[in-house]
Amino acid sequence: MTGVGVAVASLDDTIRACRELVEKPLDQIAAEWKASHPGGKVVGSFPVYTPVELVHASGALSLGVIGGGNEIEIAHADARFQSFVCSIVKSTLELGLTDKLGGIDGMLFHSICDPARNLSAVFKRNFPEMVIEYIHLPQNMTSAWAPRYLESEYRRILEVLQNLVGHPVTDDDLRRSIGIYNRARALMRRLYEIRRTTPELLSLAECYLLVRAGTRQPVEQFIETLEAALAGLGERTAKPKDRIRVVIEGSFCEQPPLELLEGLEEAGCYVLDDDLLTGWRWFLDDLSLDAEPLWAMAKGYLDGSVYSATKHDSRESKAKHLLDKVRDTGADAVIILAAKFCEPALFDYALYKQALDRAAIPHLFLEFDEKMWVFDRLRTEVETFVESMLFE
Amino acid sequence: MSEATKPYEAQMHQLQREMMAKYFDEMTALAEGASGYNAHLLVSGNPVELLRAFDILPVYPEVNALQIAVKKQALPFIQKAEEMGYSIDNCAYVKADIGCFFEGGKAPFGKIPQPNLILCNYVGCNVYLQWFEHLAEYTGAPIFNLDVPFLRGETEEASEEDIRYVVKQLEDLIEVCERITGKSLDYARLQRICGLSGETGELWTKIKELTQRRPSPFDAYFDAVSLMAPLYCLRGTEECVRYFEVAYKELLDKAEAGQGPLPEERFRFVIEGPPPWPYLRIFRELFSKWGAVAVASTYSTVGGIWEFGFRHDAAHPLESIARHMLQWNLTNRGLLTRYQQIRRYVEEWSADAVVIHSVKSCRLFSAGQGDMREYFAKELGVPTLLIESDLEDPRYFSEAQMRTRVDAFFESLEHKKMLSVGGSQ
Repeated sequence: MTGVGVAVASLDDTIRACRELVEKPLDQIAAEWKASHPGGKVVGSFPVYTPVELVHASGALSLGVIGGGNEIEIAHADARFQSFVCSIVKSTLELGLTDKLGGIDGMLFHSICDPARNLSAVFKRNFPEMVIEYIHLPQNMTSAWAPRYLESEYRRILEVLQNLVGHPVTDDDLRRSIGIYNRARALMRRLYEIRRTTPELLSLAECYLLVRAGTRQPVEQFIETLEAALAGLGERTAKPKDRIRVVIEGSFCEQPPLELLEGLEEAGCYVLDDDLLTGWRWFLDDLSLDAEPLWAMAKGYLDGSVYSATKHDSRESKAKHLLDKVRDTGADAVIILAAKFCEPALFDYALYKQALDRAAIPHLFLEFDEKMWVFDRLRTEVETFVESMLFE
Repeated sequence: MSEATKPYEAQMHQLQREMMAKYFDEMTALAEGASGYNAHLLVSGNPVELLRAFDILPVYPEVNALQIAVKKQALPFIQKAEEMGYSIDNCAYVKADIGCFFEGGKAPFGKIPQPNLILCNYVGCNVYLQWFEHLAEYTGAPIFNLDVPFLRGETEEASEEDIRYVVKQLEDLIEVCERITGKSLDYARLQRICGLSGETGELWTKIKELTQRRPSPFDAYFDAVSLMAPLYCLRGTEECVRYFEVAYKELLDKAEAGQGPLPEERFRFVIEGPPPWPYLRIFRELFSKWGAVAVASTYSTVGGIWEFGFRHDAAHPLESIARHMLQWNLTNRGLLTRYQQIRRYVEEWSADAVVIHSVKSCRLFSAGQGDMREYFAKELGVPTLLIESDLEDPRYFSEAQMRTRVDAFFESLEHKKMLSVGGSQ
């Protein structure tokens, strides 16, 4: 079994087990799961948001395929994608081209940006044995027809999944999956609540490992992991250090190396909130269990989800959300942590910078690459930023 | 200028300049306070018919950005935007447009008016969404995100659900236009306008079919771009139809007389990707010197693909506008569908090679073009050249490097041709 949870005792143990799972190769996770689920299917999701309830309801294992991190060297994918394309697109393709996605039967991509969309086509051509689907998530949040459209888009994906697993999925299956994911997301909200109020109790890197583990294990086990972690957190005590309090924004797709997340806080910050793995925490509240399940998921996406660089909601200005987040968390500053060549994050930054300047909120712009190994320069930049605030 | 690239000058060119000057004058007049309305929208799959039905002038920030680049004035605007926080890695069309906005909207060809409506007819390109989100923030104008689901099936057909979703949004857009202009939609007029667009599509198709002949009477990339401006800015008007009638007649005469854009047509190629606007003439000469003529281009289908049979339909205006946006333009189609479009050009337009011009700014076009090269060169055995620069930012064009790559490619193509001629004799 790949899960962590019931058997673990302390918070440190839980987090250690999460780290092991996060470092485990995806094909190994798929193989182990299939060994204990004969005939089972595994479906991967590229960031940002995937309606994972559909995958779960079909009985397949949902796996987050979130790039190759700094453990993979790009040797083939850069012949397909140019130098000015972000790393996650190339490293995800590299995983496929070097047989590291074995056991993954299908991949879901979404309308988050142009390179990710083109990646889905390149996957389709290069891995014909895999079921590849591209989900178009709506960008008109106000059309009365948008929920109907999205519901039909989810139904289309559900049909693909039913064909893959070879049996029908009922509304009851879907409702049960929504309920289970509601529980997981509520526990993650609790985790983030603790970071907002007492960031000295749970570091950014620890929180990240817990959530990232959830992209790599059955959600039922993930719930056990989170319950164990929350129980462990109740026991933990720590004195707050003299650090500035920040929110980080911009790492919603490609993920920064763990060492970078550790270094950020060690350089003198508490990170009260972030958009790391935001797609796995997508909803502000539970999805309705009373409505038709696909309708509830569609309505949740349109009216009850977090703001994101990849979702364009004309009802409110984007910078307002970030300013609200700063105000609601009581943060002193914002760190924009954008992946190199990530157009959605880089475009957002232009708006954020102007709004933060107007609101006189200190901010620091950092660019990262999932493949980076050396963090000295970034760390120095954060230290300088922190010092400028502490000793102002 | 060498004999090889001396431009062909006919009535169609004169007419094009007059029409476009008039269009830019209209834009400037609105900017200077004349009464009337304008909407900012995107070229890809543009629903210009609907705006024309309300006498709302279509303003295309992309057309403005490329005009700025052609006039070699993009860099200061790009740098202005970068000072504001835009990244060196952001699309330079956006930066040139936003830089120009903050310099008072004064472009070399006229003045850009404040929009009455920001119509984000989002078709494929995600950068559009952010571009218009920013414009809405800076101008305070109302924004309408017209969400066009990406064509994601195996075929060129959009699903009934997708068509219904777009038609419903077009109905909402009609209400928005009615509110802005204070006029209700004249449905019969919308039908007439769609009829005119249908005629334009028919003529444009006939023009494109002419390049199947040997020699091709014009270059389907470098010459086609001047035909594209009226196609997007003026489609749905009588004068646009007249223009395409003149163009078709003149190009047909050339074809009948066996004339091409170059003294001798030695190579026929299909080109993928937008042109490097700041260096258009130099870029053209790289190919002209080899007697290479583009017989088809994907760039000329950004705003619409008519050559495979699509026509706006006066009997079903909204549905045909929806189909145009969903199916019949390049940018709303997946990469693999684009491979098939290029393959069809190679086969039906009898091309010797594929040239991929990869531009950093537009990742919709470029991300993954290495895979495209792999497909054409390895799987189909079509000689394929991949070169890189940009469509707007002059800092990414390296003439010497580009020349070396183009020369090496055509030398090898020439060598292959000699061998195959020798072999067949």
